[in-house]
Amino acid sequence: MPREVFDRELNELRIDVLRIASEVEDNLIRVVNALINKNETIARHLIETDQDINRRYIGIVMDGLGLIARQQPMAGDMRLIASVIEIAGELERIHDYIKGIAKTSLEIGSEDKLLPSMALDLPHMAMLTQDMLNRTMIAFSENNAGLAQVIPASDNLVDDLFNRIYGDIIEYASQDPKLIPIANQYEWVIHNLERSADRVINICEWVIYMATGVYQELDSEYESPPIS
Amino acid sequence: MIETNRSNNGHFAIEASNLNVHYGNFRAVKDINLRIVSQSITALIGPSGCGKSTVLRAFNRMNDLVPSAWAEGKVHFHGKNIYDDDVDPVEVRRRVGMVFQKPNPFPKSIYENVAWGAKINGFKGSKEEMDELVETSLKAAAIWDDVKDKLDQSGLSLSGGQQQRLCIARTIAVKPEIILMDEPASALDPISTLRIEELIQNLKEYYTIVIVTHNMQQAARASDFTAFFNMDGDRAGYLVEYDETETLFTSPKEETTEQYITGRFG
Repeated sequence: MPREVFDRELNELRIDVLRIASEVEDNLIRVVNALINKNETIARHLIETDQDINRRYIGIVMDGLGLIARQQPMAGDMRLIASVIEIAGELERIHDYIKGIAKTSLEIGSEDKLLPSMALDLPHMAMLTQDMLNRTMIAFSENNAGLAQVIPASDNLVDDLFNRIYGDIIEYASQDPKLIPIANQYEWVIHNLERSADRVINICEWVIYMATGVYQELDSEYESPPIS
Repeated sequence: MIETNRSNNGHFAIEASNLNVHYGNFRAVKDINLRIVSQSITALIGPSGCGKSTVLRAFNRMNDLVPSAWAEGKVHFHGKNIYDDDVDPVEVRRRVGMVFQKPNPFPKSIYENVAWGAKINGFKGSKEEMDELVETSLKAAAIWDDVKDKLDQSGLSLSGGQQQRLCIARTIAVKPEIILMDEPASALDPISTLRIEELIQNLKEYYTIVIVTHNMQQAARASDFTAFFNMDGDRAGYLVEYDETETLFTSPKEETTEQYITGRFG
């Protein structure tokens, strides 16, 4: 079979991006748990991990460009490389959001000012996002456009949750102006989770392009309100 | 009929309809339906023996020169089937010129190489007019600056890349409408190859170009449309897919095309 070396290199690229995705999936849950449990050690670890994710993202970009230069990929090979580079970029940005939540968690510190509902709602939001990402990466590994196509529907659940928590936070802050700064911190947390889910939709778009050659924008119907 | 998405306002330079070319009992290509868009570059690609050169040569009846060759079907040029009995193949070849794989200048001066085609086609102009035709043709082939001070030197004294551009100038001097190129750069080094590709890009402003190439990167770089040929179990070549080059090389519709252009063929 011709191009065995190239196939091996393409597969390595595919595995590299799946590994990053797997770590991002885990860290979505870990960061929210660190926030809820006020675990500074894990929060600091996730902030450090972000540098490693950035480095690996650049590694994937360079490997992809190297393959383009050396192997002159065409058709499905070329679409795979282009998509892997884009997907790695989206994963890197999701991890930036994770880092942002970890930093917020350190800023909030150990003071117990958390709304009681947050202990359930934030992990729920993180799990929904993680599940979307997990299914998207299955679609990626199976080259399955049909699967990628249905994932954005789940973003409505994330958006609904965002909307409700946002309302709770506003209500909470309106009780006492002193609570506004902490409320603002939590708004950023849910904003980051909501944006992470939006990034997953971007990944779905690249999976569909990779599998079919057609790039189409997939939008969930809901647009999140701006964070003050 | 396989058609490109873009029709160039419906204007095609040459069209093959149900074209079959045989060499004796052997059918080399079968049922080719292919419309070449005017003033564009169309690349014919495919594995060895798939009939792409045979199709190219069918566009100016060059196959007639092979004793056992015969064609069925039609090739329309300006609304006329060039295989009709009342068509003069020499006139077809004047209007549909050809550049070959190996540069083949005559063992004559650079000037004579270019002037020759015009002369045998009955050029009646003055010496000055011939000088002008030679200069214009050499300029169009992007070789004027290389040879303007040595027009009386032998065409064979030039480098391979220069010889091929001289042959292109010779073809241009006959004022064809279509230029067929059969692997015009396969005998050249990479820089000369890029020069030829650049030249082809410039020529499409005035001419329709059909190029056969083994080099997929060249097809991807230098053409507007690409036709992919393969051969069936009887070794007869057929057209698999024909599309704009960018589409064919990024999202081919046929699995066979995908396998061929990604190098996983066979």
